Amino acid sequence: MNIGTRVPMTDGPPKVTGQAIYADDLRLPNMLYGKILRSPHAHARIISINTSKAERLPGVMGVVTGKDAPAKYGILPIGHDETAFSIDRVRYVGDEVAAVCATSEQIAEEALELIEVEYEILPAFVTPEEAMGCEDESLWLHHDRKRNIEKQYHHHFGDVEKGFQEALDSGGAVRFDKYYNPRVTHVPMEPHACVANWEHEGKVTLWTSTQTPHYVHRTLAVVLDMPMSSIRVIKPFVGGGFGGKSETFTHEVAACLLAKKTCRPVKFNFTREEVFYAHRGRPEQYVELKTGVAKDGRITAVEAKVVQDGGAYCSYGVVTILYSGALIAALYDIPNIKFDGYRVLTNKPACGPMRGHGTVGVRFGFESQLDMLAAEIGMDAGELRLKNKLKPNTITVNDLRVTSYGYDKCIEKVMEASDWRNKRSKMPYGKGVGMAGSHYVSGAANSIIRSKLPHSTVSIKIDYDGGVTVYTGAAEIGQGTETIHAQIVAEEMGIELSRIRIVAADSALTPVDLGSYSSRVTFMAGNAAKEAARDIKMQLFRAAAELLGESPEHLVARDEKIFPRDEPHRSITYQEALLACIEQGGTLIAKGTYTPPPESQGGSFRGAGVGPGVAYSYAAQVAEVTVDPETGLFTVDKIWAAHDCGRALNLLTVEGQVEGSVWMGLGQAVAEEQIFENGKTMNPGLLEYKSASSLESPPIETFIVETIDPEGPFGAKEAGEGSLAATIPAVANAIYDAIGVRINDLPLSPERILKAIEEQKKRS
Amino acid sequence: MKKELVTLTVNGEEKTLATAANRSLLNVLREDLNLTGTKQGCDDGDCGACTVLLDGEPVLSCMMLAASADCREVTTIEGLAREGKLDRVQAAFWTEGGMQCGFCTPGMIVSSYALLKRNPDPSEHEIRDALSNNLCRCTGYTKIVTAVQHAATFEEFLDKQS
Repeated sequence: MNIGTRVPMTDGPPKVTGQAIYADDLRLPNMLYGKILRSPHAHARIISINTSKAERLPGVMGVVTGKDAPAKYGILPIGHDETAFSIDRVRYVGDEVAAVCATSEQIAEEALELIEVEYEILPAFVTPEEAMGCEDESLWLHHDRKRNIEKQYHHHFGDVEKGFQEALDSGGAVRFDKYYNPRVTHVPMEPHACVANWEHEGKVTLWTSTQTPHYVHRTLAVVLDMPMSSIRVIKPFVGGGFGGKSETFTHEVAACLLAKKTCRPVKFNFTREEVFYAHRGRPEQYVELKTGVAKDGRITAVEAKVVQDGGAYCSYGVVTILYSGALIAALYDIPNIKFDGYRVLTNKPACGPMRGHGTVGVRFGFESQLDMLAAEIGMDAGELRLKNKLKPNTITVNDLRVTSYGYDKCIEKVMEASDWRNKRSKMPYGKGVGMAGSHYVSGAANSIIRSKLPHSTVSIKIDYDGGVTVYTGAAEIGQGTETIHAQIVAEEMGIELSRIRIVAADSALTPVDLGSYSSRVTFMAGNAAKEAARDIKMQLFRAAAELLGESPEHLVARDEKIFPRDEPHRSITYQEALLACIEQGGTLIAKGTYTPPPESQGGSFRGAGVGPGVAYSYAAQVAEVTVDPETGLFTVDKIWAAHDCGRALNLLTVEGQVEGSVWMGLGQAVAEEQIFENGKTMNPGLLEYKSASSLESPPIETFIVETIDPEGPFGAKEAGEGSLAATIPAVANAIYDAIGVRINDLPLSPERILKAIEEQKKRS
Repeated sequence: MKKELVTLTVNGEEKTLATAANRSLLNVLREDLNLTGTKQGCDDGDCGACTVLLDGEPVLSCMMLAASADCREVTTIEGLAREGKLDRVQAAFWTEGGMQCGFCTPGMIVSSYALLKRNPDPSEHEIRDALSNNLCRCTGYTKIVTAVQHAATFEEFLDKQS
């Protein structure tokens, strides 16, 4: 049994020895170095581009601009609004205009300065209000996006007015509050990088730091105007993603174009500053929430208006805005929900998916507001949450199918561990505890490009050597997918983990997996791996059955042996069965697939495709804080975090994912914020964008709650995203408990706390 | 730019190379010596991914000129494992889940290695303090602290076993 134990990551040794090869560690013979010219303006027309001086600089081997790759693309089929380089207009400071490759990075940088671009500067829209207020069609960021609204949705399930009335009639409470979330970004430690190699005969190979090699593969085919079969995309080790490497980026296209042009390998490696321009992080969000709670604690209705400042291109924006509405549901039992969502285009770097995609801004507001409603009706905040639990196997009011559900257990766990009942409202002034919950899809039930194709296929090969090679398209980005594949296959086959070798994310070798997004890999690729392992195990069983004089159905595999159920003494070894099997039919090959069941795929209203998960993870947290009311400075002393991951296949990596999510949420709660001035990013570096160090990070105690999902592999659900959103409101609620003030704008800075204390004094 | 001859002892091996005076130690390690285990996370001295040991002390190799390491001993992540065996700090980062994506890991391990050399039994605060120049975005640092604590007891543990 390896399932449910602490299995160190199977790709750990190369990471701790420096042997792991990330994209920037690749060196191909005769390689060139690429650099991207970026717009200095937030919004401008391109009048002309002259690259002749740059091309004449000794050492420069190639220059490409918009005319070399005019095809439009975008990760969403309904958002094809990007080209690799700006053709007639730049839309944010950092937008790509041209790329150069040269014999050294320094020469490529010098060449950028020799490219002459004439711009006609246009007024820039830096807030959603400005952008939506623009009536001049010629200034809209994209001509077919009226008044710069990328998309708007208006959903109404049940009857919220009736729900609010019911709350009031029962003697409960209804509140309306506004919340603000600034723009934050992933900051993976590894900057984006790639290497392209042109292989003549019209073929190209791209090694790239990506979470979604399959979607990069698809987009390259369109932009390079080449068949997919002529393009090979390989994902080397990836130094973190958190959502930020989930679509095709300009440098990936540029590397291929320049490799073709020069017939030499070309590498791009972003500076840290460029990572902030590539962005695709969490949008700035304005959230208005109205929630009703009956006297007995039941939530009767929720009405939300969400405006997201999505930046210059669509990216995943339509999904982000839909998640913000859809996942109001599926955590609590809410009978009436109204949602108005606006995704707005502005002249800032494009936002995209970030850990907890779409859910975080609304969850901060909702969990803060719930805390206030609990106080208003005189109920404990934990009890109120428990009161509104869902039942497993429920369809929510907006057609989300909840299978397993462990939120209530998570709440009970953190209440007990944090000594909630003895601390909440009972600690001295300046100290407090706060609670919040969150959830997330365990794999989106609908793929980005709607089709009937499986979401994951995994194949397995076994030959004479006895080694088991697992081929998967899943993208390991540090979250442990390769380890999970190995564990699942070893567990299903009853063999040692050390026999397994993973070959992953190479489009020429591995079957398609849609990628590491929406927390889908353990559930989907895991199920595919389990099915493949079961298939190959049955091949071994058929050979073993002949040797044992038994029927294959009666056999089990455990500890490298195959034997009739309940008769372990009559066993043959895995190796014996393998040889018998190969003698009959040669090398063993099997595959498994995963396709979400239709009943998980949601309703039929406009926008219903986003929100349905094949399952949902649940999380609850308690944060304890100490606030200095004189300075507004505060410390988060500890966080207790419980996460329902269905079944923990690997305790070590589940804990790691939960701790990482909590920490990332904490960063967003207390410090992280991108600052813009006239559309220009003012803090595009790690000194100015505040990512907490070890000294500033509190202890996190993690509790795993298991609910054994009926459809997850061995009952597993996601662990990597669901915990993030709870951390922010847990800290905000703890600050309230400590000093009695509410901060509705993030980050929860000392300045905001001091201001709130002053206002509180004025009122009293 | 004029090149200078620089002699570095890297992981016990003496290397003499001609390099422009303005190049960083990080750049020379990665590009000239092909020691790509040391990472470039920011090239600005903010993230610590490029940490190496210079005469046993952790330094940010992106902020240091290769020329100023002339005639000194440099230890990189590649120099810690001996005879096919992981160093105790490497082993602990692996088994205790002290790394996820692995990109900050070489720098983090080198800093931890230096800490345990000068302070064999650090408190949690001392560990967090010693690693505060090494940013990680994956782990929340919890398991990194555990890994260093575990590594600190490792030799003692081995003594007890033998």
